[in-house]
Amino acid sequence: MRAKYVMSEVFLGLWRNISMTVAMIITMAVSLTMLGAGLLLYNQVDVIEDYYQTNLEVVVYLQRDISEERTAQLESELKASPYVETVQYESKEKAYERFQETFKDTPDLVKSVDAEVLPSAFRIKMKNIDDADKLIAEFQDAEGVYQVTNQREILQQVFDILGGAQRLTLIVALVQGVAALMLVANTIQVAAYSRRREVAIMKLVGAPNWFVQAPFVLEAVFAGVIGAIFAFATLIAAKFLVIDGQFENLFSLMPPISMQSILILLPILVGVSAFISAVTAWITLRFNIKV
Amino acid sequence: MGRLTMPTSPVRLKSCRNPFVVVTYGAETAEYATLVLEPPDRLRFSADRLRLVIQLEGVTKHYPRSNRPSVEDVNVFIDKGEFVFFIGPTGAGKSTMIKLLLREEVPDKGKISVGDIDVTRLRRWKVPAYRRSIGCVFQDFRLLPNRTAAENVAFALEVIGKPRSVARRVVPEVLELVGLGGKEHRYPHELSGGEQQRVAVARAFVNRPLLLLADEPTGNLDPDTSIEIMRLLDRISRTGTTILMVTHDSNIVNQMRRRVIEIENGQIVRDQARGVYG
Repeated sequence: MRAKYVMSEVFLGLWRNISMTVAMIITMAVSLTMLGAGLLLYNQVDVIEDYYQTNLEVVVYLQRDISEERTAQLESELKASPYVETVQYESKEKAYERFQETFKDTPDLVKSVDAEVLPSAFRIKMKNIDDADKLIAEFQDAEGVYQVTNQREILQQVFDILGGAQRLTLIVALVQGVAALMLVANTIQVAAYSRRREVAIMKLVGAPNWFVQAPFVLEAVFAGVIGAIFAFATLIAAKFLVIDGQFENLFSLMPPISMQSILILLPILVGVSAFISAVTAWITLRFNIKV
Repeated sequence: MGRLTMPTSPVRLKSCRNPFVVVTYGAETAEYATLVLEPPDRLRFSADRLRLVIQLEGVTKHYPRSNRPSVEDVNVFIDKGEFVFFIGPTGAGKSTMIKLLLREEVPDKGKISVGDIDVTRLRRWKVPAYRRSIGCVFQDFRLLPNRTAAENVAFALEVIGKPRSVARRVVPEVLELVGLGGKEHRYPHELSGGEQQRVAVARAFVNRPLLLLADEPTGNLDPDTSIEIMRLLDRISRTGTTILMVTHDSNIVNQMRRRVIEIENGQIVRDQARGVYG
């Protein structure tokens, strides 16, 4: 009986104040979408790091006019290094093949580059990629070496971009979140005012505080949960329409965002949203409904 | 009428406790007694009187930042089953007293006990349970407009978690008691002022409270209807419920001849058994 009463009060309250309810749900949905996107990016950085960790190489580019002896000498020196796992020699021809393969979609670029321009190189798999700097320091100025690059530094730029995007989504989530919570507080105040008669009578006859507050808190929780579900739907749609659809090529460079990592967001978003809404409503009530 | 003149000994047994008590004799009240319903059964009463329901000791409450009426060093002792009128000019502090008893306000100084409960030391979360031992009736009835008479009464049971079966059994009984049998399913706007106040009384009484606070319950009613409400309150007081009624209606006070406590500027200036409005 009491549950039925509380539920009918919840829906009546939301309906009576429908424009505010809709505004509350929309801001919450936007905020939670951003939060979800931020969490996905955070997760994605880890995934990318794992994915490349085993594939990262240090590349020692050789000067174009290097002698064969020096090449062999460098190879044996590299192999003797304690940081190195394997060393693979890549001749100019092979480098050109690889270049053609990588840029096969842009034949103009391939045409403009002469096979002679590309340097031969040693592609080195490290025992531990963290030691790359030591190896680079050792060989950077060695005779016949043109340049030593660490692929990880290139990847770092991707991480920086992802990190920036993540910060942006989290800031938007925070700002929208504050707006959403203010709307929650406002909605609760309006609801408490429109039901002040019932509230006064309930307090007079000694209804327990939780019972007086329950309809209001549940109103906020309900809006929070609906907002979270909308946010979740938006993220699913984004995966299918943006990542897997229009921008598939762009995202094919990195490992795809798995469906699982999106699905796990549903309980997280619902939980976070319901909890924060409930706390906001409860705090608002403490100021509006005094015992 | 013979029963009305019955008391020939001092009515106040504990008059020593309060310097303002004026000992009156029942015989002298006969002339006012045209309206008095039935005098209390004195034997039963004296047994009940062993128990104090309200104790206010040195209660002081000031509102430094507003001009709400304050209360200054009030001492009141009220027994179980007593019917007490609170009178005094507007702004004297009567409503503040009601608020203090309801624990809507906490006194600055002094001690308030209702029944076994020390209200001044009551924890916040225990306040709702405390209020269940008090029934309230107000000048403006305070009914829910979108609920019928029966639903309004049932609401009081519902919100404190009584099962529906209890409401189904108790609500018709109490509505019958207040004289609204047959009007259970009327909405407040379909009832007269007196009938609405009966619903409010039914709601206040449905939990069989120890104490019933009535803040000008006849303030919006015509004299005849007021008398009916007073008859009803008198019947309730006979069940052993203590009634504390704030009123400005001198006729009622003079006709009922019950204990009168007069407040002025937050202080008790008169506490008289079988008193008149004065």
